[in-house]
Amino acid sequence: MEIKKKLLRSSKETRQDKLGKGISYLSIGFIILLVSLILYFIISKGLSTFTQNNVNIWDFLTKQDWSPSSIGKDGKPEVGALPMIITSFGITILSAILATPFAIAIGIYMSVISPKRGRKFLQIIIEMLVGIPSVVYGFLGLTIIVPINRHLFGGTGFGILSATLVLFVMVLPTIASLTVDSLNAVPKYLSDASLALGATRWQTIYKVILRAATSGILTAIIFGMARAFGEALAVQMVIGNATLMPKNLITPASTLTSQLTTGIGNTVMGTLGNNALWSLALVLLLMSLVFNIIVKMIGKRGSIK
Amino acid sequence: MLNAKKFISIISIMIISGLALTACGSNSSKSKITAVGSTALQPLVEEAANEYQQNTDNVSINVQGGGSGTGLSQLQSKAVTIGNSDVFADNQNGIDAKKMIDHKVAVVGMAPVVNKAVGVKNLSMKQLSDIFTGKVTNWKQVGGKNQQIEVINRVKGSGTRKTFEADVLKGKDAIKSQEQDSNGTVKKIVSSTPGSISYLAFSFIDDNTLQPISIDNVKPNDKNVEDNSWKIWSYEHMYTNKNIDKSTKTFIDYINSKEVQNNLVKKLGYISIHNMKVTKDANNQIVK
Repeated sequence: MEIKKKLLRSSKETRQDKLGKGISYLSIGFIILLVSLILYFIISKGLSTFTQNNVNIWDFLTKQDWSPSSIGKDGKPEVGALPMIITSFGITILSAILATPFAIAIGIYMSVISPKRGRKFLQIIIEMLVGIPSVVYGFLGLTIIVPINRHLFGGTGFGILSATLVLFVMVLPTIASLTVDSLNAVPKYLSDASLALGATRWQTIYKVILRAATSGILTAIIFGMARAFGEALAVQMVIGNATLMPKNLITPASTLTSQLTTGIGNTVMGTLGNNALWSLALVLLLMSLVFNIIVKMIGKRGSIK
Repeated sequence: MLNAKKFISIISIMIISGLALTACGSNSSKSKITAVGSTALQPLVEEAANEYQQNTDNVSINVQGGGSGTGLSQLQSKAVTIGNSDVFADNQNGIDAKKMIDHKVAVVGMAPVVNKAVGVKNLSMKQLSDIFTGKVTNWKQVGGKNQQIEVINRVKGSGTRKTFEADVLKGKDAIKSQEQDSNGTVKKIVSSTPGSISYLAFSFIDDNTLQPISIDNVKPNDKNVEDNSWKIWSYEHMYTNKNIDKSTKTFIDYINSKEVQNNLVKKLGYISIHNMKVTKDANNQIVK
């Protein structure tokens, strides 16, 4: 009897195994629950603008007057988010365009031209740039970039240009470090073969290494854009927050995020003013989903075998 | 083996300390007051709470910002004891003011401010309103330099903006322009941007970096607010629910006491509620 019991009892290792498994599943389950609750909250709140307050979703996406807390001229609240959507995309694309050449240059230097020195100095600089909190970037923008733009172009200095310049510095490290990773991932034999065939170093970089790393670099750019799109504080401090359709780069404008941060404390839960802000948050959420999908698609299509 | 033991011990320590913390939170016999809302009123309530807690043992007061809207909606959902607000609850969308008691604890005066280089020190109420509604766009139209006017507004729904619009624009819509979300940022921008105009609470106009504007030759100061010859001012409210408990009542009475009103309120740049010779109601009507 004794022996049978002993033989049939699960060993200590088995119990350990079960315990470990249990704890892991519990943690994963908790995270999944958390994420789905956040998604549910934003989506239900964001949609209530259209379901409870009967705002036309088309008006929301195409009209230009934003004043959800008060009644407009036609007797309906004005909930047109187009200026914010356009401005958000504007600063995102502009800052990515501006940062990409610099990021690629840094990447090439660090992975091909001078990996040793690059790692020593540039790596430290890039990591430092990542570590600076966004409010500091915003403050620097407000005290340095805004006055410079004011002197150069007149007006107040607040606007898309200032926001772009601040975001340029903020997304540069993201794009650069991911670019370095993707350049490092290019197999050594490709560049060796190219050099052996008599190509110069520049030809090798341009025609072989960059080509092979294209999908990785694109992913890096998209990640940088996602960061720019979601940045709130720094942008809010330098863009001026005027819910106007952007006509040029040096007049005040407003992004989805800056409207959220400035508006949320002054509205009451459950009113249209508050729900409309949740709708802006929903747009942000959907956009980050789109960015993620694009990254996945690039990853699938362009991986080097 | 060792790892598993370590693992289990860490987990159990976490659980035990978690239990201990919750126990600490719940066993205190102190009555708790949470005041949330207006950032303009926050410094006064914070300082008053500090002084109050030094003299009374059995109460703990927690003061937070978040904005007037947040304060009132948190109070409405009974999540906090006091909702601080710059505006009458009657004027806040989605709030049922009838279910709350309004405690006015201070008065804040606000004045238009312009960049020093503009060269304007006085405007009529009509001119001021024309500037903010976009009818007047150049300083030379109101006696200043030939320079474009840059309007810097506060965020829609902020208490300061609501007061300014009620007292100056009287129902007209402000032009769409730059919006900033705090007195501090506005001050910084107006003092450095040529041609800019905005408005600030009196307590922020304490130095020489910008030019306060007189309206119809009335200077913006506390005395003129007290008899309403300066028109742009508002109350700071501390709203509570109808069934207010004793410790909350005592705390609000303390803020309204002579001791606080004559010292702390003045020191922080507000105007004492006791000095007011007129009252204003939620519809912006003045009663002498």
